[in-house]
Amino acid sequence: MTRRGPGVPGAVWLILPSLIFMAVLFLWPLAVGVTQAFSGPDGPTTAYLRRMLDDPYFWQATRNTALLIVVLLPVQFALALTMALLLRQRPRLAGLHFSIWVVPLAISDLAAGLVWLSIFTDRGYLNSALAHVGAGSYSWLSFEHPVTMFLAVVIAELWRATSLVFVILMAGLQGIPRDYEEAAAVFGAGYWQRLRHVLLPQLRPSLQVALILRTILALEAFAVAQALTGRNLPLLVGETYQWYYTLQNPNVATAIALVVLALSSVAAIGYLRLIRPGPGVTG
Amino acid sequence: MRGWRLAVQLGCVAITLFMAVPLYLIALAALSSRRSLNEFPLTLLPTDVSGETMSTFLRSTGIAGGLINSITVGLSTVALALLIGLPAGYALARWTFRGKDAYQLALLLTRALPIVVLSVPLARIFLSTGLYDTTYAVILLHTALALPTTVLITSAIFLGVPREQEEAAMIFGASPLAAFLRVVAPQALPGIAASAVFTFVLSWNEVLGASILTLNRRTLPAQVFTTLADSPLAFRFAGGLALVLPALLFIAAVRRYLLNMWGTTLR
Repeated sequence: MTRRGPGVPGAVWLILPSLIFMAVLFLWPLAVGVTQAFSGPDGPTTAYLRRMLDDPYFWQATRNTALLIVVLLPVQFALALTMALLLRQRPRLAGLHFSIWVVPLAISDLAAGLVWLSIFTDRGYLNSALAHVGAGSYSWLSFEHPVTMFLAVVIAELWRATSLVFVILMAGLQGIPRDYEEAAAVFGAGYWQRLRHVLLPQLRPSLQVALILRTILALEAFAVAQALTGRNLPLLVGETYQWYYTLQNPNVATAIALVVLALSSVAAIGYLRLIRPGPGVTG
Repeated sequence: MRGWRLAVQLGCVAITLFMAVPLYLIALAALSSRRSLNEFPLTLLPTDVSGETMSTFLRSTGIAGGLINSITVGLSTVALALLIGLPAGYALARWTFRGKDAYQLALLLTRALPIVVLSVPLARIFLSTGLYDTTYAVILLHTALALPTTVLITSAIFLGVPREQEEAAMIFGASPLAAFLRVVAPQALPGIAASAVFTFVLSWNEVLGASILTLNRRTLPAQVFTTLADSPLAFRFAGGLALVLPALLFIAAVRRYLLNMWGTTLR
């Protein structure tokens, strides 16, 4: 498929602009960021790092971000897998269902937060629906109710970001020939046996990739919590914004950003280890 | 077997309701008058549709400008990302060269780089180069975010166009550029258009970088986000609908390419 020899210089000229652009807009800011976080007016310092660690909001944000990932991802993957398997059963109106299930792919976390705000806010649609059936109201998003506040963010993220996992799993399922399942069925395997022993093992690469992508993206979630709860449920990236914008301290802001980078890198290393042994990167 | 089919249908309907009902409710909220939004309980049926809330939102400070900035930034990002990314995608699809693996690895690595790590240092760089608070600043950031995916998507698209056709054109005397424009480009065009839509969505939805890099020239989501705490609920609902509506159009436009782009190429 690929050409060798005389084409080499041509390829380099075509690639070069993108390389320069990425070096300027990725490597340069990264270098500046490390300087910002670790050097003050009098040379190298860990003052900004200490200030970050002394801030109670930082630890709350770290805990909330971790909790969000731990609670959200298992539910999200169960839902996405269910969605993909349901469509594999060729239900009626499959095209319509698919179209609606992928709409959140193009919705930002800010927009998702505002959508669910109309539902969870004190005089919003959930309490209105409860009132219509004669039940009382509840302050879902009040800081006095941290559990429902957190769950509201989880539901909004479940609504917004499950589509991405669904699409990856759906594409993975399409690559599995139906013959395998049919052969297993001939030998008397029930649906759950076929799922466990035929489909899931074949789906493993898709599941792994989706898991790492979602972990990285979940680390970056912030506007959804800000739209639903203000600063009552701080997340790491939201804290960066607070330090930069409200507290006017870009140094501590970058320090927190580097923590997010470190956590993402751990996930990314896992991502690369999974994808490299495969036949092709774009495959 | 009949019970099984029924369970599948019900499952599909339940998930469709979970996905669609919030969209219906934000549209309902944004298309209610301010008076009916103050009532409690809110009506769940569109009995009192009014454009008042939306038109107040659109006439608020910074919203019309934000809309224009968002469209400017989105279209410029698409153009710049294609200008830089398309040749690279073509090279990846057609040639083997030294460092190809390293280049592809770099593309994948940048996708794991959180926007937040770039935004704050970029604000300082742009402050010192006079680009701070311009749409150019946001365009550059968004292009950087979109570039790896643009290269990966376009290279997958070019892989799908047989090289033999291109070579045949050159044997009959076409220059490499003419062969590309006359033979490859027409076949690749729908996929490239889908990749452009993808880039536009990325730019339209990006909140954090745009909020950090600008003060007065905010994009629509940045404007909505930075004024969130001081805005009445009606404004937030209207903002929510304004941000969600284009998503419906985008998905309708690229529905055919979704599984290939999000599902396979970008995984």
